[in-house]
Amino acid sequence: MPAYEIEIILNRQLADCLSIPVFITDTKGNLIFYNEPAEILLGKKYSETGEMKVEQWSTIYSQMDKDGNQIPPDELPLVRTIRDCTPNHKTFWIKSLQGNIEKISLTAYPIISRENKFLGAVAIFWKAKEDEN
Amino acid sequence: MKINSWGVRGSIPTSGADTKHYGGRTSSTLVSEDGELLVLDAGSGIQEFNSINAATYKRVDILLTHLHMDHIQGLGFFSPFFVPDLEVHIWGPLSSRNSLHSRISRYLSPPLFPVTIRELPCNLILHEIGNSQFEIGHFKIQSAFVIHPGPTVGYRITGNKSVFTYIPDHEPELGRNGIIKDPKWISGYDLAAGADLLYHDGQYTTEEYNKKRGWGHTSMVDTLLYASLAKVKHLLIAHHDPQHTDTQLNEMFIELKKEHDYPFKYEMAVEGMEINLP
Ligand SMILES: [Zn+2]
Ligand SMILES: [Zn+2]
Repeated sequence: MPAYEIEIILNRQLADCLSIPVFITDTKGNLIFYNEPAEILLGKKYSETGEMKVEQWSTIYSQMDKDGNQIPPDELPLVRTIRDCTPNHKTFWIKSLQGNIEKISLTAYPIISRENKFLGAVAIFWKAKEDEN
Repeated sequence: MKINSWGVRGSIPTSGADTKHYGGRTSSTLVSEDGELLVLDAGSGIQEFNSINAATYKRVDILLTHLHMDHIQGLGFFSPFFVPDLEVHIWGPLSSRNSLHSRISRYLSPPLFPVTIRELPCNLILHEIGNSQFEIGHFKIQSAFVIHPGPTVGYRITGNKSVFTYIPDHEPELGRNGIIKDPKWISGYDLAAGADLLYHDGQYTTEEYNKKRGWGHTSMVDTLLYASLAKVKHLLIAHHDPQHTDTQLNEMFIELKKEHDYPFKYEMAVEGMEINLP
């Protein structure tokens, strides 16, 4: 397996310095890195899980709108970012496997290299304010 | 494959009694094999090329790692530029905004230099590269972006039997906890992996590095770690800080040897040194 491009490596090094949860995926949505604050959200440790296939990590949470309806994957910001190579933002509710419900905002942006190549995506989670949509 | 180090100083030419041994010329290295040549970087060390009769070659290739001044300042004094019709190729990193031509022209034009690129009598051909693979004569070359301010690549050059990797400006440890010890997450790893000879940045002591994080250069200790993770056979520590005198570099190297035992050969790069690889 060849080394990741420096754009990915630098995003990980940056994520490692931040106090907000950050997830980094490859172009297919496989989770290639998550930082310590994200470990709390996932309830897993990167040093233990390593990289996770998209099927594996996308089921840890279910995503819901304000009425408790499941959000179709196509409307999730990270899914859109990976599909369209555009930045996306959305506020929604997540329910963990343990049944905890939390209102969060997610901003996802694509990593597009100097060579204009799509290399992956970064998703940043924020605890949403109550009045935020 | 023969490697000649023409300039191993970092940042700015530093000639004087104190830097006589390691040399004061900035980055430039000649790679030659089977009558074919590659010039890596065009720092002030490139003046050594002037003792070569360029007219006896069909073409001359310069591979630039990046366009910081200490890697291009010798361009204006590169004799092949002034040989009518000689094919001169310059390979350099692409930028998402400006062409290689316009970036080189910033230096090769008044007021910084009296002659413009357009006026050079040679047949100049520019190539923009990134994470690329290409061939020059019998040399197989791989380039990849590495961590350093501005578009910067390193080169892996495969000759008949040996691999030479050249990454003179590099800060692979940039981040909270330094180099991530997993090959997939190491800048330039594919370039350096298993190389017979690695020429690598090692500008700072650990103490200096801690004050200059993000400046784009490595500490000697991290260079050793990098070389060991990449399992290279021989390491040249280069891009010597202009503040480091011969005496200091000697002392730093003795300290390094005392504290760091690695199963590969390592030494400080010295201007004028020649290394023959199989
Ligand atoms: Zn330099
Ligand atoms: Zn530089």
